[in-house]
Amino acid sequence: MRKHWQLYLLIIPPVLYFVIFKYIPMFNVVLAFKDYNVLKGIWGSPWVGMKYFNLFFHNPVFGTLLKNTLFISIYLLAASFPIPILLALALNEVRSGRFKRIVQLVTYAPYFISTVVIVSIIMLFLAPNLGIVNMLLGALGFHSINFLGNANMFRSIYVWSEVWQTAGYSAVIYLAALAGVDPSLYEAARVDGASRLQKIRNVDIPGIMPAAVIILILNVGNIMSIGFEKIYLLQNPLNTTTSEIISTYVYKIGLLNANYSFATAVGLFNSVINLILLVSVNFAAKRLSNHSLW
Amino acid sequence: MPSAKAKQTIRESYGDRVFLACVYILLTIVLIATLYPLVFIVSSSFSSPSAVSGGRVWLWPVEPTLVGYKAAFQNSQIVTGYANSIFYTGVGTLISVALTTMIAYPLARKTFYGRSGLMMFIVFTMLFSGGLIPTYLVVKAVGLIDTRWALLLPNAIWVWQVIIARTFFSTSLPDELAEASEIDGCSDLRYIWSVVLPLSKPILAVLALMYAVGQWNAYFDALIYLKTNTLFPLQLFLRSILILNANSGGLDAGQIADKQQLLALMKYSIIVVSSLPVLIIYPFVQRYFVQGMLIGSIKG
Repeated sequence: MRKHWQLYLLIIPPVLYFVIFKYIPMFNVVLAFKDYNVLKGIWGSPWVGMKYFNLFFHNPVFGTLLKNTLFISIYLLAASFPIPILLALALNEVRSGRFKRIVQLVTYAPYFISTVVIVSIIMLFLAPNLGIVNMLLGALGFHSINFLGNANMFRSIYVWSEVWQTAGYSAVIYLAALAGVDPSLYEAARVDGASRLQKIRNVDIPGIMPAAVIILILNVGNIMSIGFEKIYLLQNPLNTTTSEIISTYVYKIGLLNANYSFATAVGLFNSVINLILLVSVNFAAKRLSNHSLW
Repeated sequence: MPSAKAKQTIRESYGDRVFLACVYILLTIVLIATLYPLVFIVSSSFSSPSAVSGGRVWLWPVEPTLVGYKAAFQNSQIVTGYANSIFYTGVGTLISVALTTMIAYPLARKTFYGRSGLMMFIVFTMLFSGGLIPTYLVVKAVGLIDTRWALLLPNAIWVWQVIIARTFFSTSLPDELAEASEIDGCSDLRYIWSVVLPLSKPILAVLALMYAVGQWNAYFDALIYLKTNTLFPLQLFLRSILILNANSGGLDAGQIADKQQLLALMKYSIIVVSSLPVLIIYPFVQRYFVQGMLIGSIKG
């Protein structure tokens, strides 16, 4: 220990960062079991036990929030997990290096556009009158549709714009895994006269399996914490029946209505479910495929 | 190269050629579907206000003009936001890279006692978090609300970046190097400063780029922690102009109709202007990002 005293000195600021901004908030979740009083502070406020959890579970909004949150994230997972894999497998078949590079460069680019800009692009494109999508529909003789004002379309808009933005980025990890496949396996496949499709099924897919399992675990573990940022910006009074999710609700009742204890309880519920999901999916993956996070 | 020749002479079967053709068609569709919205936005931003409002832009700019950009740069919110975002990105990236390196390097030293415990201490924050309100109350308690620090400190370290940096330090710097410097009586700090950092330029670039893009694009922390307009980053102004349609000062167009047309056009120009810094450097730094993701994916 004495030998590395300078390194211990070095970690003090980062460790302080984690203590202040990550660990103290974790202890602050006791707020969920208390009636928060600004004057008394978190620790001085009176205990109320499970009051806010009961309030949440018996609130009619509970079912809607849970349903919306799960529906959107499972839909997102179903689209955004396989598509990057397909994209990487397809790119791996391409022989022209230039075409491959161009496709990669272009599909990777939307990842770097900010959420605010993505949402405004969605709004501009789907605008009821002058949006390009409705003009196209009009030219084909259809009535214009108020996409963002239609609660039934909200999930698809969210999910497919997300796929548009992230598929190229997510494919990178699989392309790397494919590049790391032992070349002798391809030689063997060629000698055995395997078709391209057989080669994909028997060499490529087993090659990306470990990466795919890890990414699936991480995605499932995050199922309850889908991005607040984009959904909040896409929301409007017409689509909240399907777009209100746990995190946007926490923001609204917590920070906008200053109902700290209730919002903390809802947030804690969310975090705990996430943790349980992550641990159980990891356990299942370990059992089934021998690949896991820990 | 006889072997290369031999490979080329193996003709693909009919089925394989059909399959390959499908792959190319599919990828071309993906390419167009990704590229078209981007091209459309750039083209619109260079078109005339009436062409944009009249829906006459499909692929290339119609009646090319820079009116949209002029309006964007005359908008005081855009200018303030741009300046603020440059500040947050510059200073924030510096702080983040420094803090990340300070924790990642000791974690990579095998002789550093307590490294596995420290690693668990950090990784646990990825699995469980206090949530929005408890974090907000801490930021409030330390007095950062409505100050520039609120955007620089509360999310300064991303655990994923620590993992990437630690993997780099432990795989590409041989232990012998540290041992040799110890024998020469070089202190740890001196060793980091004059040996580790110069050898780690690629990973420092990756960290800096990822933090910079993250900081430039972020709006949520600003939304919850800031109240004073003059402190707002660009993204928050973009939200009010592009999404909430809040009209802003700096526009002196006379008639309402003209003004609305100009506003519609200005949205496209603003989108281009605000995404430009990231998209311009992106093709040049793409390989660093890919590198970063690859390093991160090695389980260390």
